[in-house]
Amino acid sequence: MNFINLFHNYEEAISMILFVIGFSNLLLQKNLIKKIIGLNIMDSSVYLFLALKGYIEGLKAPIVVDGVRSVEAYINPIPAGLVLTGIVVSVSVTAVMLSLTIRLYARYHSLNLDEISAMINKEGK
Amino acid sequence: MAFVQNFPFMSIIISLVSGPISSVLPGKIAKRVNICVITLLGILQSFVLAFVLKTGEPYVYRMGHFSAPWGNEIRVGVLEAAMALFFCIIMFLSMIAGEKERIRDVEDHRQNLYYVMVNLLLCSLIALVYTNDLFTAYVFVEINTISACGLIMSRQVGRTFEAATRYMVMSLLGSGMLLLGICYLYSITGHLLMSNIQEAVTALATSGSYHYPLLVAICLMSIGLAIKSALYPFHTWLPDAYGYSTVSSAAILSSLVSKGYIFLLVKIFYRVIGFDVMKDVRVLNVLFVFGVAGMIMGSIDAIMSDDVRRMIAFSSVAQIGYIYMGFGLGTTAGMVASIYHVVCHASTKSLLFVAASGLTDVSDGKRDFKSLSGSGYRNKLAGVTFAVGSLSMIGFPMFAGFISKLLFAEAAVQSPNKMLITLIALAVSTILNAVYFFRTVIRIYTPAVKAGVKESGFAKVKISDNPKKSIAMVIFIIINLLLGLSSEIVIDLIEKGLAMFA
Repeated sequence: MNFINLFHNYEEAISMILFVIGFSNLLLQKNLIKKIIGLNIMDSSVYLFLALKGYIEGLKAPIVVDGVRSVEAYINPIPAGLVLTGIVVSVSVTAVMLSLTIRLYARYHSLNLDEISAMINKEGK
Repeated sequence: MAFVQNFPFMSIIISLVSGPISSVLPGKIAKRVNICVITLLGILQSFVLAFVLKTGEPYVYRMGHFSAPWGNEIRVGVLEAAMALFFCIIMFLSMIAGEKERIRDVEDHRQNLYYVMVNLLLCSLIALVYTNDLFTAYVFVEINTISACGLIMSRQVGRTFEAATRYMVMSLLGSGMLLLGICYLYSITGHLLMSNIQEAVTALATSGSYHYPLLVAICLMSIGLAIKSALYPFHTWLPDAYGYSTVSSAAILSSLVSKGYIFLLVKIFYRVIGFDVMKDVRVLNVLFVFGVAGMIMGSIDAIMSDDVRRMIAFSSVAQIGYIYMGFGLGTTAGMVASIYHVVCHASTKSLLFVAASGLTDVSDGKRDFKSLSGSGYRNKLAGVTFAVGSLSMIGFPMFAGFISKLLFAEAAVQSPNKMLITLIALAVSTILNAVYFFRTVIRIYTPAVKAGVKESGFAKVKISDNPKKSIAMVIFIIINLLLGLSSEIVIDLIEKGLAMFA
């Protein structure tokens, strides 16, 4: 294992660092909004990784112009399709999380999940 | 191509379409549509199962007219069809058993939305079972998560909101890891269809190239799905979610949602990575350790809780520990035992939740053990059902739980390194199970006068008061006895199905 590869593929390394940042934010932050931000960083980092995997340096977007049909002329379009699907998924889970946050805030006037838990335990229902 | 071969695809589409349609229907009609859809899907799955058993080999169904490696595929074998049929049956029973409670717990103008969630959940479960494409599996995993979240918060109290939030956070962590694992696997193999990935992975494993990325991908996917199915240290959301949601939700969540993820994990082990490669990866040992820890700690938590619904929920944590322990053994016998336990736990846990709701209803809605005294006399059928479920969970002969414990013990003997730990964990966990289940059964058959509880305010329920629930409970008992008494058929089916996976 040599670490030169790490610098050579610095984009992938960055996307993994972003994934870890997002992951730990989603796991460890107490504030619900910060959790949701963490979720979005985490998902975006995966999309960055996918986009990098599909990109081939010097080639064009896979849209046929001037009748060039050879495979060697274009980048891989599948990761782009996966990214689009992934974005739809992450938008919908973000919406669910935000609506849950609104409900909890309206009821307990707090965004801190631990405080909310304490209040619920005090309610005892 | 036989017409029956279209049925898996039709099932997915029917339940997917019926979801949005239910959102504009009034509650009562939505309920009927939902029951019809589940029944229809059950019938379709049984045709598919009969077809696959007759031909004796799995078939691949192309989605759209592109063949592999470009198009999307559905793959149907014995185990897939049997699992989908089983999911439909449990879903049907849970829905009819919890009908009265659902009408009480869910607000009137939101009744129909509950059925939207149930239809989408069923759609995602069946798609997870049948799909042959990893990215499709990921998308349906997320649909599963969102609809399960809707089911948790259908009864709108503070606890369910908090539980739903915690559930979403844990689930999203898991699906983030799953997604990253799939992307790794895609980037080193270049495929998304399970069969193509398996070929590429076998080639990679023999040549030894991309060793670490492959390892990381396998770990990410296994651990991600383990987090999503509430393996022991990641179970914090579970007691509140199962304990305070309406009873159909609790039954569906405990018996189906986590099992969908577990079945996907089995598919990943066999169809994506290949079991020969999987055996050499040490992530199975990690799952084994967490599984054993879950078996013990879940049971201890269950003993400590003073609320019957929460107790059953903690018992789920222990049972999911059993399943992962079986995976961790790393043998085919262990996998068979785990899949049998998936079936056994799914049928028993939904039975227990339904019976427990029957018992709390005749105790003025109170769930602590003191108030439950004598409830077995006030609602006789629920008492008997709860006793059957308890005996099955403890592993009493004749019931389903006994067979699964037997299979786990047999599987443990075959893997010498882990034999001692497995057998000790099984013994300890069985004793702990017996402690809390027998305590509850004795409590519900202790006359209330003796326990010093005033019975005057409590209602008595006859079997004919809630006929649908009574019928569901009787069917649950029959399923449990069938699984326990004629287990050879089920085990034979599982072994055949696993052989078809390869």
